[in-house]
Amino acid sequence: MTVESFLPSVLALVAAPLLPGVVNRTKAFFAGRRGPPLLQAYSDLWKLLRKGAVYSRTTSWVFRAGPVAGLAAAIVAVALVPLGPVPGALSFQGDLLLLAGLLALQRFLAVIAALDTGSAFGGMGASREVAFSALTEPALLLGLAAVARETGSLSLSEMLPAVSLASWALHGPALALVAAALLVVFLAENSRIPVDDPNTHLELTMIHEVMVLEHGGPDLAFILYGASLKLWTLGALLVGLLAPGGDPVAGGIVAFAGMVGLAGITGAIESAMARLRLLDVPRLLTGAGVLSVLGLLLVRR
Amino acid sequence: MTGARDIRNGEALALEEVPVVGFEEFRRPLLEGGSRLAALFGRRLEGRTRLLAVSARAETGSLVVAATDVGERYPALTPELPEAHLFEREIFEQTGARPEGHPWLKPVRFPSGGAGTADFFRVEGEEVHEVAVGPVHAGVIEPGHFRFQCHGEEVHHLEISLGYQHRGVERALRGGPDKRTIHLVETLAGDTTIGHASAACAVLEALSGTRAPARAHALRAVALELERIANHAGDLGALANDVGYLPSASFCGRLRGDFLNLTALLCGSRFGRGLVRPGGVGFDVEAERARDALSRLEGALEDLARAVALLWETPSVLSRFEEAGRVSREAAEEMGLVGVAARACGLERDVRQEFPWGMYRFSQVPISVAGTGDVLARAQVRWLEIQRSAAFVRDHLRRLPAGPVRAAVGGLAPHRLAVSLVEGWRGEICHVAITDGAGRFASYKVVDPSFHNWTGLALAMRGQPISDFPLCNKSFNLSYCGFDL
Repeated sequence: MTVESFLPSVLALVAAPLLPGVVNRTKAFFAGRRGPPLLQAYSDLWKLLRKGAVYSRTTSWVFRAGPVAGLAAAIVAVALVPLGPVPGALSFQGDLLLLAGLLALQRFLAVIAALDTGSAFGGMGASREVAFSALTEPALLLGLAAVARETGSLSLSEMLPAVSLASWALHGPALALVAAALLVVFLAENSRIPVDDPNTHLELTMIHEVMVLEHGGPDLAFILYGASLKLWTLGALLVGLLAPGGDPVAGGIVAFAGMVGLAGITGAIESAMARLRLLDVPRLLTGAGVLSVLGLLLVRR
Repeated sequence: MTGARDIRNGEALALEEVPVVGFEEFRRPLLEGGSRLAALFGRRLEGRTRLLAVSARAETGSLVVAATDVGERYPALTPELPEAHLFEREIFEQTGARPEGHPWLKPVRFPSGGAGTADFFRVEGEEVHEVAVGPVHAGVIEPGHFRFQCHGEEVHHLEISLGYQHRGVERALRGGPDKRTIHLVETLAGDTTIGHASAACAVLEALSGTRAPARAHALRAVALELERIANHAGDLGALANDVGYLPSASFCGRLRGDFLNLTALLCGSRFGRGLVRPGGVGFDVEAERARDALSRLEGALEDLARAVALLWETPSVLSRFEEAGRVSREAAEEMGLVGVAARACGLERDVRQEFPWGMYRFSQVPISVAGTGDVLARAQVRWLEIQRSAAFVRDHLRRLPAGPVRAAVGGLAPHRLAVSLVEGWRGEICHVAITDGAGRFASYKVVDPSFHNWTGLALAMRGQPISDFPLCNKSFNLSYCGFDL
């Protein structure tokens, strides 16, 4: 293990909060506004870290542990993903299962912290989050399984860089299906439109936001930072699939540009369509799962 | 018609001409159909409560006024006349006369404090859960408490409890008119300044026998339609915002400001404060300013047409609007809904057509109706009304009648009653004033359209996913302070 192998993870830890900034700037552009500064998320995190936190008397240690442990899970997850051709800091055969597990752990911690408050809102958000993630998880795993099958590796850092122009030529349709599924997973897991609306102040419509309502100060900073790491993690999977491999330096720069571009596309999607009715969300997510299955079948053929 | 007196909108009559009849005779005409309850309220007289009902009979364009005396308790009207349910709760709260057989008798505004502390309707059963929202909300909106009975995401029942902004405006108006009167009515509901001020001025003019000049009537109507356009534009943007559709939300939000600025051009206040005054209007408009207003109106309308067209052209928006928060025509009629909410259910209720006053006696605005009663219908009615109001404003700003804009208002005649209805942007506004022997207000009753329509929102939520509540709420966009008074 060399110093360089930590570079993509360090870059992720530093640059992840940039992505929400890009999304917001894109949305502002479409709305005819100037929008918040690109680095707004950093200022928010800094502000929150300097604040105190308020804890309800009805909460227990679970509520306090949730944000910290959730962030830890997110940091380990981000270390697993490569950035373009540059492998992640941690990699071993089967690490894609660990990635899914870590994302699930992060979610689980958020859910029990929300339930711990005993508020109707927390419970409502938790039930929605769990119901929807039960549908995104198979889509993610089956999609990755298709890529694993195609490249013959079970390690993210090997299989994503191994997706080359040649594999696109051979299994283009299958990979395209997987990419579409991963895009839906990316939007759903990061509570973006059309699944969730990160901007709304209306608790009754929220999925993810309503679970973290009761957190404040450094805890909220951990959650927000964890959320941008998750955005990076899932984004890196998609970019790794689409970006061509090649030279680590050039490929890394291209992949980073791809991440920024993906954030821009997310902003464009959010500007172009309304949010789905909550009861229609499972259809979209099941659709993503079906795309992944089809991709897997096409690769196996 | 023996037990009641017919008057026109904006007319006064002597109190002794209002027959005080037996309860049966009072009740029968109310149940007869063909009319809707515009106001029903009680006044404490020594040892008894006098109920006074104003029902609006669209067929004849007349307002039917009837009165009766009741003691400590009387048989409730609500079981046979559901639209009376809130009025009767209000009567119970204000006078203590108990409507026996009222299915859900509880406070309306909690005038002695403790708003929201009451029993709520509960649905029992496994997996039924209760969600309480408010009175403090995220975002800058007024306080109100919403109690949902849910099964999973589905709402079985919603109960709305308001009263957090009860200021006692009706009580403060008693003993008037004085210098404060016009300011109190202008702030009954801040976004309906022109509407409520117009209704109050009509009452004052009827009671004092003043005739406001034609030019004043035209300017009032122009301001009322501008208020409608601005609020409807804002609402369409808010609807887009609630489904997360950014472009229309941002543009409509800005354009609402442009329309408000037109009102500011007329009177210096974006919400029309100071414009409508007893006897006429506070500010005249010279030809050049009218032209300026017209050209700004055209520009803003063009932008608005584009922003709204995006809504109708985006499938993801339509799929959210369609079928959401549906109210049936029958329910709307039964609960006495008014304004946009009623017209979206196919009811042709519009005071401007049915009981025209002021400028609307000479110049008609077509009633905008949609049939489906869902969020989409309420949005469509708003857009239709924007276009028709714009045509009206265009027409009237171009050729305002000549002459003065204000007539002197004398003292009010003693022992008289006046009723005025105005179609505000939310719907029917009703003001009823009764003078005492000295020509002072002995009683002043305000019915904001929200008073009729909050129940409509509760009905719209039945069987809907709870996540659609904010959208349904926005599609009604009712006033909390207009209700709380």
